[in-house]
Amino acid sequence: MLRFAVIGVVFTLLIGLFWVGLGLNPRELPSPLIGKSAPAFRVPELFDATRELSQADLKNKVTLVNVWASWCSSCRSEHRHLLTLRRQGLRLVGLNYKDERAAAFGYLNSGGNPYEAIGFDESGAAGIEWGVYGTPETFVIDRQGVVRYKHVGPLNEVVIRDTLLPLIAELERT
Amino acid sequence: MRRIVTPLLGAVVALLMAGSASAQNAALLQFDSPEQEALYQGLVRELRCTVCQNQTLLDSNSSLAQDLRRKVYDQVREGASRESLVDFMVSRYGDFVLYRPPLKTETTLLWFGPLLFLVAGGLILVLVLRQQRIRAALSDLASTEIEAPATGKKRARRKP
Repeated sequence: MLRFAVIGVVFTLLIGLFWVGLGLNPRELPSPLIGKSAPAFRVPELFDATRELSQADLKNKVTLVNVWASWCSSCRSEHRHLLTLRRQGLRLVGLNYKDERAAAFGYLNSGGNPYEAIGFDESGAAGIEWGVYGTPETFVIDRQGVVRYKHVGPLNEVVIRDTLLPLIAELERT
Repeated sequence: MRRIVTPLLGAVVALLMAGSASAQNAALLQFDSPEQEALYQGLVRELRCTVCQNQTLLDSNSSLAQDLRRKVYDQVREGASRESLVDFMVSRYGDFVLYRPPLKTETTLLWFGPLLFLVAGGLILVLVLRQQRIRAALSDLASTEIEAPATGKKRARRKP
């Protein structure tokens, strides 16, 4: 009797362990940037190469930094959500990662442009500063220019409703 | 037989050569000193490619791994130390980038998990062995107990 109880408990514990462990996304790595000032970077603007974009442009307003590329197919799936967020009055700054200008223009012309400004990171050097390893990636930056949240992979309704919007609302209040 | 073996051997050789292609690329790099080269070669084998998850920077040919190898190479050439390069990577990609993660609160389970399983396994083994010994002792006891009264009764019955 005791033996069956022990086997039952061990079995349940293992099932629980697998349930949690296998449910986790191994691609979602905790970002060491959270709680720190946005990393220093300096890249030309996508549309206006004479202008430069840097971490200073992310201050004074809660900002979403979205890393994308025209070759990134999962970026397309989150694009409509970005457009919606823009319509809601949020400031979005894009980081066009390891892309070509012409291809990036084509992507925005067909899908629409949700970004207030876009950094053109041709070499991927700014991407390294931001610890980018899988596009699309989205960072939430508060008014002081501190990174508050990072999402790896395409944004979806659930993340936006349950995590992003409450966090942004909270950051805008403070 | 030979007709099958020869192409197979060829395929194996081709695969082996493909595997060493990235190592050959590394051999083309120029270093100022053997120490620098050792530092670079050590680091690219110890840093993880965060996109591919289970490959080192040296093993992977993903574009991020190439960029990061380049970054490590440039910084090594500029005379960066091992610590500063590891810090550079960890401050951007987190501890996951290291194949040898540091010992701290979040990594305790990672470091001592195997020991935990060993202890648990040992404990279960001891319990099972002890139970077996108890059961064996009980059955010994039981068999002697059954025999003793039986013979006693028989004798008792025989007496009158």
